[in-house]
This record gives sequence, C-alpha cells and structure tokens, in this order.
Amino acid sequence: MSAEGISKFDLVIAGVGGQGTVLASDIIGKAAVKENMSVRAAETHGMAQRGGSVVNHIRLGCELGSMIPMKGADVLLALEPSEALRYLEFLSDDGTIIVNTDPIHPVTVTSGQCTYPDVDAIIAKLEETHKVKAFNATELAKEAGHPQSMNVAMVGAVSSYLPVSIDTLVECVRELVPQKSIDINVKAFEMGRDITQG
Amino acid sequence: MSTREYMLGNVAIARGIVEGGGQVISGYPGTPSSEIIGTLAGMKERDFYVEWSVNEKVALEVAAGAAMAGVRSVVTMKHVGLNVAADPLLTLAYMGVKGSMIIIVADDPSCHSSQNEQDTRRYSQFSLIPCLDPSTPQEAKDMIPYAFEFSNKVQMPVIFRPTTRISHGKSDIELGPVEETRPAAEFVKDLERWVMVPKNARVQHVHLLEIQKTMQEELENSPWNSLELVDGAKVGVIASGIASVYAKEAIIKQGIKASFLKIGTYPVPENKIRTLLENTEKVIIFEEMEPIVEEQVRIIAQQTGSTVDIVGKMPGPVPRVYELNTDICADVLAEVLELERPDVPAEVSEDSDYDRCRIDLPMRPPVMCPGCSHRASFHVMKKVYGKDAIFPSDIGCYTLGIQSGTVDTTLCMGGSITVASGMYHAGEKKPICCSIGDSTFFHTGMNGLLNAIYNKADITVTIVDNRITAMTGHQPNPGMGKLVTGEPTIEVSLEELCKGMGAGFVETVDPYDLEKCEEVFKRAKEYKGTSVVITRQYCVIDAKRSGIRRKPFTIDAEKCVGCKLCVNLGCPAIEFDTTTKKASINAMCTGCGVCAALCKFDAITEVKK
Repeated sequence: MSAEGISKFDLVIAGVGGQGTVLASDIIGKAAVKENMSVRAAETHGMAQRGGSVVNHIRLGCELGSMIPMKGADVLLALEPSEALRYLEFLSDDGTIIVNTDPIHPVTVTSGQCTYPDVDAIIAKLEETHKVKAFNATELAKEAGHPQSMNVAMVGAVSSYLPVSIDTLVECVRELVPQKSIDINVKAFEMGRDITQG
Repeated sequence: MSTREYMLGNVAIARGIVEGGGQVISGYPGTPSSEIIGTLAGMKERDFYVEWSVNEKVALEVAAGAAMAGVRSVVTMKHVGLNVAADPLLTLAYMGVKGSMIIIVADDPSCHSSQNEQDTRRYSQFSLIPCLDPSTPQEAKDMIPYAFEFSNKVQMPVIFRPTTRISHGKSDIELGPVEETRPAAEFVKDLERWVMVPKNARVQHVHLLEIQKTMQEELENSPWNSLELVDGAKVGVIASGIASVYAKEAIIKQGIKASFLKIGTYPVPENKIRTLLENTEKVIIFEEMEPIVEEQVRIIAQQTGSTVDIVGKMPGPVPRVYELNTDICADVLAEVLELERPDVPAEVSEDSDYDRCRIDLPMRPPVMCPGCSHRASFHVMKKVYGKDAIFPSDIGCYTLGIQSGTVDTTLCMGGSITVASGMYHAGEKKPICCSIGDSTFFHTGMNGLLNAIYNKADITVTIVDNRITAMTGHQPNPGMGKLVTGEPTIEVSLEELCKGMGAGFVETVDPYDLEKCEEVFKRAKEYKGTSVVITRQYCVIDAKRSGIRRKPFTIDAEKCVGCKLCVNLGCPAIEFDTTTKKASINAMCTGCGVCAALCKFDAITEVKK
C-alpha cells in the first residue's frame, strides 16, 4: 500500500497499446495536480505501443520516483482481463482490482500459436487473492455512445477510490477528450462510477 | 497555482529550452528523446529555429555551428545517436563554444525501445564534456536554463542526460520565467580556436584538461548535488540521477538512518564525496548502469587513504544492467545492512505469471499494425528470395518483421546494406536481400548503398518507404516535402538519389500490389550488382490521420477452407477459429487488401455497404 512519507495513492493501469491507458492516466494526473497534489507517472512509449502489453504507473501525493514498488499499488485498473493477471505483482495484498472483462486477443492467439484463457477463470483467479470489481466496460462505453470511451468508463470506476474530487475528474475528462465526444465520455465516466458506487 | 502544470518529462525539457532562451534546436528522432523537438515545433509562437536533421552527427554539427556563432543551441538524440555524433563531439570538446550549447542525450536503461543500454555518462568522461543527470522531470526542466548559463560561462558544450523514466515520466511542473534576451549571431574568426589542425588541437587539448578543475568546482556547488549528513549515521548512501529517488524511497521504506549524497553532475562533487567518506563507516552507491560515480568514489577513497567500506557494483550487489527501482535498492540495503529483507519480489519475472497464477497468459508482443505495408513487402521478399535467403534489416517499425522471418540482423541505424555487403564479399552464396526504411536510409543508409554500388555488392536493397519516420512517433523526413513545423520544402526523390549514386537497377512498386511487387523483386534478384527496390505505401497510421479511408474486407465462411494462408501474414485483423477451422476478419481491418489478393479461394472480399 502507499505509505506515509512516500505516496498518498498508488495506481497501476494495465492494458493493450491503443486502448487509451495514457489518456486514462492523464485525466487522473491532471485532476490531482489541480487539487494541489504532487503527481508522478510513468508511461509506455515507442516499441511497446504497437498492440503490445502496456502498463502505466501513477502516484498521487508523491514527490519521489514514478515507479510503484512490487505489491505497492492500492488499485490495479486493468483495461483488459489478461493484462490484470500480467501485472498482479504490483498490487498490494489489500489492494483492489478493477477489471474490464472484454478480452483483446493478441496476434499470438488469433494466429493460433497460443490460447487465450477463459475470462471467468481469470476473474476467479483474481478473486482468490484480492477484492475484484469486474464488468464489461466496453459494453458500458457502447451504451454511453462509443466503445472507445471504455478507458474513461474505467476512470469513472476507479474514481470511487481516488483521493480526488469527482468534479475535478469530470472537469479533466472534458478538457482532455476530443471536443465532439465530451458528452459520450462524461456519460461513460458516470456509468463506470455507478458500477463501483453500488 | 497557475504556474504548476502536469506534463510529460520531454515536454518539461522543451519548456526548459524556452525558459532558457534556446535559439537553434536540432535533433534526430529516437525514443525516448523525440517529443522534445516535437513539442517545440508544435508551439504556435516560436522565436527559435527548430529542425529535424537527417542524422545525429549532422544535428550536432548544426547546433555546434550555431553555438560557434554565439547563440544558444540545443541538439537532441537518443543514446545510440551519440555514437553517430561521436566524431564531432570529441573535437568540439577541444574547440568549446562561444554562445551556449546543450547536447541532450536520452538514455534507455533496460532497452525499452533500443538495441543497447549504453551509458552516456561514459561519453562525458571520454570527451571531458560535463554532464547533468536529472532525478525528476522538474529537475530536468530546471537544469536546462542552468545548462545554458553554465555552458556560456565555461565556453563548453554541456551534455544533459535524461533517462526513459524522466523523458517518459509525467509530473507536476512548476514553471519558471522565460529568458528574454537573445544574443545576436556573430561569428568571430579565430583560427586557433575554430580550426583544429594539429598545431591548434594540441594547445586546445591542454586547455580542455586545465578547465576541468574549474568546471568541477562550479558544478560541485550547483543545486544538482546535495549532501545531508545525519548525526550519528554510520551508513552513507550515494545515488545519482533517477536512482536517487529510488534510493530515497527505499531508505524511508526500510526506516534506515543514513547520510545521503545526491549527485546530478559530472565531474562529480569531489568535496562532498570526501566529506561523506569522512563521516561514515560504510558507503552504498546506487547508480543505473555503469559504475561511474563508484569509480570516482573509489579513487577519492584511495587518494585520501579512507578505509570506508564501499558497496556498489565493482563487483557488488547493485546491478550493472537494466533500470534500478525502489525494490532493488531496498533489497540491496537489506542485504548489506543485514536487515529483514522486504517480502516482495524485486522484479516481475517472465515465469512468475505462471507460478503465481497457474494460468498461462498469451504473449502479447508489439506487432506491425493491421494493414501495415511492411507486412506485404516482407511477404513478397520471402516468397521471391526464399526462406533460406539472408535478410539483413535495420532500425524502425519494420524491425517487427522479426516475426515474419525477414529480419535476420539489426545492428544499428543504416547497418542493413553494409552488413549485407559484408556477407556478400565474404563469399556467402545464398541470396541476400536487405530492408531499410526511408528515414533510416536518409540517416546513414545512403552511405552504405554508395559503398555497396561502388564495391559491386550483388545484393538487393529494399527501401520500405512508408513516407514517414513512423516508429518514433511520425516525424517528417526529407522524402516528405515538409519540415518539422509543417512548412513545405523540397521532396527528395529516393529514386534519383539512388540513381545518382550509380545504382543500375532502381524500381518503385506499391507493396499492396502483390503481383507487380513479386515481378519487380524477381527481376531485382536476377540483376547482377546492387539492385534497389523501393516499396512505397503510406504508413497506415499516418494515412488514417490524413483522411485516407479504405473499405474493410470480410471472409466468406462458406468459401474459406482454413488453409491459413491469410492467417500466416500475422495481421492482427485476421483471426482463426480453431473449432470451426476458419479465418475471419475483425474490426481492426484497414482495407489494404493484401489478404484478399493472397486467398486462392476468393473467400476474401471488400465489405459492401
């Protein structure tokens, strides 16, 4: 868990290149800075972006390095189910996993070299050790108006845990998403938030 | 509070260049350095000159020329780029500068996006050019205006070395004031200083060694080095650059009472090291990669007759490879100080997923985009030259062709044509067909082609021309007819360039047109001498951004026999259902049509609307 004198809240965001992990992290980071917190974040760029596995670290109320230690994260926000398992080591024993149940099959699977594990089995595995909030964020985003707003729906879901006010987060969603999709994204945020408020 | 903004490390560095009053900024793209110039070029109001140069040597010389003329210049590159620019670097150290010059070299410990993890601080030692090593994005921004001032004061260029976690980290950044003055360019002739003939070089070498002490003293007391002596602490921790924040967190986490020396400059702060050695019994040194600080600490300890126990990596528990992190630092502290070891793994190991979860996770390697034209070029190359042919390749998105069996070597930028030539001259009898991207060809591939043609290498050179520098984030290059700022410029013709160097076979083909492409490659293979095939098709990401839309394709399940010919292309848009034994196309299809051309059963057709 984030510790006194080091960080207030440590979040790991895992996903697949192209899903919008950077935007998700930016909304949270910018909102925290607006509320006068120091923020440190680390992103995946370059080679790893081309459909590869990506992980972002974001630390709120932290003035040290951006990398969250092993078993250090308060929440693991996984935009893709198998990526939740891949980065589980970063999550503290008391931490929570928020996971989108909609899988993205890598080329190794689509071409038949590897098999993709059963999503229910992944969730069951995660539930063995941690608190899990699993839902189909892609479907939720579609309902909100566009599947691409899945990342913002996930930010909405994690908002219940963040030490940042909802108003500031929504303000940052409005500032950071494309002009024409503001309404869809705000709706996706709210629908995501409802999932973890229940 | 309006002066605090949340920004990427490289954006913060760009802001530092603006705050410091930078006037001429050049560079060549390379992860993790590319966004610095991208940010500067994207600014609406600019009172500086900015360019993407064709390679790092060129870029460094442009910046050097500007600094000789008395203005403030910056050159940016990734660590391996400095190898290309090493020739001017080492002699520029003798000449020094008149204005100010910052050489930004972004290191990539752990090779996140690089072919090696060399440590730029070694170049600082080698060239005797001072180096600044930031520990946070804020410090990175703040160091830039300082570096301009320092460079001007000592009349030397300064190396500034962020690492991936600084350049691609994000942080709240406190902005500073913008320097308003701009020295005017005025080159003053001074042969003894600017013409490095042996007579002058000998004198300047002596001068370079003489100013080391002055520079060291000036840097020693800069804000980038700090020593906290803790009363009664028997342990001292020395950490440099980004390792200092990891070490600090590990010290807090482990609750250790230790004096702490943070180092951000090279030459290192010798007095502070001496003071620490005098006040501790054991010193633990954390720095990423090479033991540069450690070597200096050991030298100082020997000179002062200190008997302090020095722990680092020469040899020791601190790793000399890959990035450090808080866990590694905490682990080392626990081991050395005999504390209880933290109950966590220090690294995510490849196998640990399996151990911990007992669920096999599919590998998710980065791949070429759906519809990427490189996939088509590689498919035809392999078909024409055969699986046993040798395919030397180069550095760019097409390096991902490693999965298609058409990337047999990647050495360095421009190292495809030359390696191919060497294999040919060695007597290798198998057909040799190398591949290189457009930007990489302009970078250092041209020299290799000239050499191959001149020395009669019987090889095929494929220039996979996607009309952009894609891998590093879509920067313009001389083949595109536009500058970094978007301003139009001359569009350099690859065909004319190759012909001008003497190539007797130069053919351009659209790689999406598999039939034509195959025919061209067949003739290139038969050609005696160096043949050049330019496979030209826009990068799919760039094409989408510029509004090119193609109709996606679909597979008729009734016609599909499950032969997997399309699946074997490795396109992320093509899926194979192992139960029904049929292929299908998903929503990622960009409509390149390569799979449709390949299908022998006419099962793949354009989606009709």
